[in-house]
Amino acid sequence: MPDSRPVLPAYARSLGIEFAEPGDGAPIVSVAFDQAVEGRPGHLHGGAISGLLETAGYALLGSELAEAGRPSTMKPINITVQFLAAGKRETTYAQARLTKLGRRTANITVEAWQSDPARPVASAIMNVMVQE
Amino acid sequence: MPNAAFHPEAIAPALLKAGHSGWLGLQYRDHGADWVELELPWREDLVGEGESQVLASGPIVSLMDMASGLAIWIRFGEFRAVATLDLRIDYQRPARAKSAVIGHVTCYHLTRSAAFVRGIAHDGDPERPVATMAACFMTLPHIGMRPGAG
Repeated sequence: MPDSRPVLPAYARSLGIEFAEPGDGAPIVSVAFDQAVEGRPGHLHGGAISGLLETAGYALLGSELAEAGRPSTMKPINITVQFLAAGKRETTYAQARLTKLGRRTANITVEAWQSDPARPVASAIMNVMVQE
Repeated sequence: MPNAAFHPEAIAPALLKAGHSGWLGLQYRDHGADWVELELPWREDLVGEGESQVLASGPIVSLMDMASGLAIWIRFGEFRAVATLDLRIDYQRPARAKSAVIGHVTCYHLTRSAAFVRGIAHDGDPERPVATMAACFMTLPHIGMRPGAG
């Protein structure tokens, strides 16, 4: 199966974010724990978690737009991040859900987790401007 | 313990050198009684979507989160371990190409267990923000006093 996943932006690649094994649903992105994502010693930085959440959101939106034959520019409108638990010294994953794709905007919800997807460490809601 | 003055200009170099902040290259700029200003330098490998030379939005969240922590400690007058409860950023416009972004965050209210902050990110002119932020933090009474964020 050809890989239709969009290329991650420079920031995401530089931080160490990569695509996890493709499954059936929305793309899953991950980041390994290292110094670049560390905040309080031994814990994931909130900004790095936010970056991971946002990357998952754009990865899903980009692939959905490509699939719909709507190559577009995606511009952030806003993001609200909820921090639910301290991120530990572990790999962190994130996966988004496209709650609504309109003509001009997309509303996306994202969750990030570590060992157990049922126990998210953070979630986010993103509104993104879509310009064809 | 009495509130000793918290001097961000003294602690910032070591604090900002570590971990994620160090990776981003965050720099201390200035502070007042309840606010702090940090700078996120432009760097080629921090650009976001598309072909542009504009800083990605992720590092701007990190900038504002880190500045929030410092603003809270300034207002407390000491280090306290804090955890971000939630953080919202509205992006008014993209930053200019190859431009650093400055985060100015004020801690406008404290309770025994919560701290409220708001701020703007701009690329030179505070009257024309790149982004506006609001966030709420909780203090973590049983965690050590080492500085950090997130």
